[in-house]
Amino acid sequence: MTFPDDLRYTTSHEWVRLEGDIATIGITDHAQIELGDVVYLDLPATGRAVAAGEAVAVIESVKAASDIYAPVAGEVIEANAGAAANTGLVNSDPYGDGWLFKLKVADPIAVSLLLDAATYRAITKNT
Amino acid sequence: MPVHYSGITDEHLAVRSRAGVFDISHMGEFFVSGPRAAAWLNRLLTNDVSALGVGDGHYTLMLNERGGVIDDLIAYRTEPEQFFLVVNASKIGENAAWMRRHLPADGSVVFEDQSAAWAGLAVQGPVAPSLLDHLPPRNGVKTGGSVIICRTGYTGEDGFELFAPAEAGTAWFERFVQAGAKPCGLGARDTLRLEMCYPLNGHDLSPDRTPIEAGLGFFVAIDKGDFIGRDVLAAQQSAGTHDRLAAIRLIDKGPPLRSHYAVHAGGAKIGELCSGGISPSLGIGIGLAYLPAAHAAVGSAVQIDIRGKRHAAEVVKKPFYKKPARSAPPPAAA
Repeated sequence: MTFPDDLRYTTSHEWVRLEGDIATIGITDHAQIELGDVVYLDLPATGRAVAAGEAVAVIESVKAASDIYAPVAGEVIEANAGAAANTGLVNSDPYGDGWLFKLKVADPIAVSLLLDAATYRAITKNT
Repeated sequence: MPVHYSGITDEHLAVRSRAGVFDISHMGEFFVSGPRAAAWLNRLLTNDVSALGVGDGHYTLMLNERGGVIDDLIAYRTEPEQFFLVVNASKIGENAAWMRRHLPADGSVVFEDQSAAWAGLAVQGPVAPSLLDHLPPRNGVKTGGSVIICRTGYTGEDGFELFAPAEAGTAWFERFVQAGAKPCGLGARDTLRLEMCYPLNGHDLSPDRTPIEAGLGFFVAIDKGDFIGRDVLAAQQSAGTHDRLAAIRLIDKGPPLRSHYAVHAGGAKIGELCSGGISPSLGIGIGLAYLPAAHAAVGSAVQIDIRGKRHAAEVVKKPFYKKPARSAPPPAAA
């Protein structure tokens, strides 16, 4: 199980990569293992304004449907059509080609307040 | 059995293309013997056990007085006056209590619940038959040494179910893994059976639904003589039923179908899915639901409500999955 150091994490198992004020968001390796084979993605529409903690996407595996939450507030600027068409990418490359959507974040500082890799790793050990 | 070992889709496709092995030790094993065993079983089960020779087996159902399903099972005749029944894990206690309640007082039928003594594995897939010698023919049973081998399964593929003394289960499982069968869990077991429209008791079968509503009339020998539930079924066979179990497939790729999703037609809710999933072989959502007869016809258009959004679907012919036709062998050289 991997926990890249350059990302931030949430307790609901999303990761965030911040470049300037653009945040790329996906689900963690831990989450894709728990879910099993991902078979469907319901991603947010471009232009949608989202609040921190708002349920903005749905990821479905053979086992279960799970909500994905916006880690921080912002505006959706892109959803990963490639992953929607090939949902296996979320399992095989959760931090790379399996990214889910990008936000233009209202406040980049909010990202640095999310969990760092060490803290997130510790949390997953206890679940 | 865990939900999956390597991944549900991976395991499912392995069974369809090569071989998978499932630990089915949780299932129940009953033995019924005695000079009146066949006649007694024929009063409790829908199919006709007198048609089974030694070494034959068939799918059958045990009904309550309303014609509703207590359990579905496979019955095998292992000796002239001995039958081996394999029943669902969740119904072992209920089945045993029901059967004991109906035993004749004179000891002419002996019923034994041996479930705790047996481990079971299912080895399924086109390669499965090559993993064990001396298999019985399809639907048949063979006993040898301490094992019982049944040429049956819950996947739609060729293969067998092997029952061994409980302590020998792990060794048998490992032997088949070593031989190339992929370990498969509950998730793949469900997707494989759902693609074949094989019902699952507790979901597609219940005490309030008859085999006629479930489309299982083929396994009801209505003319064999009286059995519990017969009158209700006979009336349904002549008058028809209000509801029928229909196979439903999404039109466009979308989310998986799941039990309890509402089924709509003509602006009204007409039923709920009792089983649902994504077919790994077809790549699309599939499910089963009891629908009013008019909507249960093949080709009927319905919508499935998935988290508030309606998805177009249609009733299709069973099973969802058909094995690809083998290509013809090349012509012999002149």
